[in-house]
Amino acid sequence: MSKTLKTVALIGAVAASMTAATTSAHAMEKEKCYGVSLAGENDCAAGPGTTCAGTSKVDYQGNAFSLVDAGTCTSIELPAMADGKARMGSLEALDRDLPTT
Amino acid sequence: MFDTPMCSLPLAPGLGYKPQHFADIMQDAGRTRWFEIHAENYMGQGGRPLAQLDALASRFPISVHGVGLSIGGEGPLDAEHLARMKTLCDRINPASFSEHLAWSSHGAEYLNDLLPLPYTNASLSRICDHIDQVQATLGRKMLLENPSSYLAFSESTWSEPDFLREVAKRAGCGLLLDVNNVFVSATNLEFSPQDYIAAFPLEEVGEIHLGGHDEDEDDHGKPLLIDSHGREIADPVWALLDITLAYSGPRPLLVEWDTDVPDWPVLAAEADRAAQALTRVLV
Amino acid sequence: MTTQTDFRAGLLNPDAPMPEGLTNAHGVPSPKRYGVYRNNVTVSLVDALQTGFPAIHSLLGDQNFRALATHYARANPPQSPLMMLYGADFAQFLAQTQALAHLPYLPDIAALEYGLRSSYHAANHDPQPFSALLSLAPEQIDDAKLALAPSAILMQSVWPIHDIYTFALDPTTPQPQAAAQDILILRKEFDPKPHLLPANAAKFIRALGAGKTLSQAIENAPDTDVGAILTLLFTEGAIARITV
Repeated sequence: MSKTLKTVALIGAVAASMTAATTSAHAMEKEKCYGVSLAGENDCAAGPGTTCAGTSKVDYQGNAFSLVDAGTCTSIELPAMADGKARMGSLEALDRDLPTT
Repeated sequence: MFDTPMCSLPLAPGLGYKPQHFADIMQDAGRTRWFEIHAENYMGQGGRPLAQLDALASRFPISVHGVGLSIGGEGPLDAEHLARMKTLCDRINPASFSEHLAWSSHGAEYLNDLLPLPYTNASLSRICDHIDQVQATLGRKMLLENPSSYLAFSESTWSEPDFLREVAKRAGCGLLLDVNNVFVSATNLEFSPQDYIAAFPLEEVGEIHLGGHDEDEDDHGKPLLIDSHGREIADPVWALLDITLAYSGPRPLLVEWDTDVPDWPVLAAEADRAAQALTRVLV
Repeated sequence: MTTQTDFRAGLLNPDAPMPEGLTNAHGVPSPKRYGVYRNNVTVSLVDALQTGFPAIHSLLGDQNFRALATHYARANPPQSPLMMLYGADFAQFLAQTQALAHLPYLPDIAALEYGLRSSYHAANHDPQPFSALLSLAPEQIDDAKLALAPSAILMQSVWPIHDIYTFALDPTTPQPQAAAQDILILRKEFDPKPHLLPANAAKFIRALGAGKTLSQAIENAPDTDVGAILTLLFTEGAIARITV
């Protein structure tokens, strides 16, 4: 089969499986679920009425942070990659010092 | 200097537009007759923000409120950002354009807050130059908004109302009077908000803002109000609005709510209250 | 005199003293008042990162994320007044943070989240229907070039980024298993969505993106289910132009 015929046959197969793309009249109204519309908004309000956060110090030495509580990454375990690099996703507390607040 | 009037917003309540209210607004905007947008949120290339804005602008007068031009900055204005502002204004031909008596950029850095400046002859002349540049680029008159202040500069030689009066006179711009900001600054810096309003050049005011504030204390246990825009407008601010409108006559009146944004009915109720305040001076 | 350089210096550095000349109503220096600005700048930037990177926030936990974001914000304040652009190099920052070296997939997840935001704000296009391709003469189809929408963004990873991202936002979904995953972010109308690509599909997408013809792209990706990819691209309205 020539290159063209192969491509044409492929397109024909896609056509058979294609469901028409639908457009919804209300697409403009509401974001579906990914939260991106709120990411990176500018506004002209001041922050909440607490003045401590801006002066809090984050423990930081060289390039190491004190990681404290744990997130969902502790539930993710991935075996080592080919290069032997760990794929283990446990977040261990390296240091128990909490950020000063 | 410009053919366009200072402000063609209706003498009616407006609300700060939030995308989550789009469907409610299109269905029934209640007594809200116009909307204000924060310009920087509509400077992407496309997508929902601009589609919603186009739809909103086809139904309501829009006030474009910039938060990032850094008019009070010591350095030159960001020409690229000013060009984006022009593109946005040309797109929707807003009924009003306004910015803040504040700075937010330092060199290439953007600090995402409205930062204060001393009121001196040097800052006055710099701000007038910047406003000239903005008005010449946009081809329209702008309004400059009084800030919320948390501290004073010992080097200031002008009072804020006198400073703004002089800016309006020299630069030929209008003013935006935020009554909540007056109340916040008056509490924080211990002056009389009524005296401030009496000294303010109300004839230059093309728009009035209202918003909610939070309460805190300073190092000496004195009240420190924060302009949080995260709750209902406080009663003393409504009272100060009545005093202001009694002097100034009716003005386009905007309610701002930017953090912990409630559902539409809560905002609509604030707009109703603003409408009542206007009714009292429109009669 | 307090210059803006002085004023700015303390905003992002908690160790810096309050600049001189800033007082309360009675001329008395009041650090807590300056602290309002410090707080606004720092917290607003950290909040912006948290809103922009919800999966990273979930993976690290709230305290870790906010401590990390505070450091990032102080070292990397925005370089544009458009907050929608903030965090472009957050992925790179995560990659360079030694304490996160045991979570090597984090940078790719951050890049995915930033990609979704970029797609959201990308230029609109006129989605081409599949019939536009079908209507070409058979001899034209080989040489047709399919231009992807500006909002289409390809992410390739050695990590199961689709499954990690999904799991981070909804831990009731299956735990990610070791696998390299590629994602194509597509924005049908206004909502960007990450689509997991079949194996080798990225090669085909890259060829299209590089302006290759349809037959060249097919040759470029011999082990790919091209039919499935074309179905995805047209169903999601991701083809902006067809040129022959």
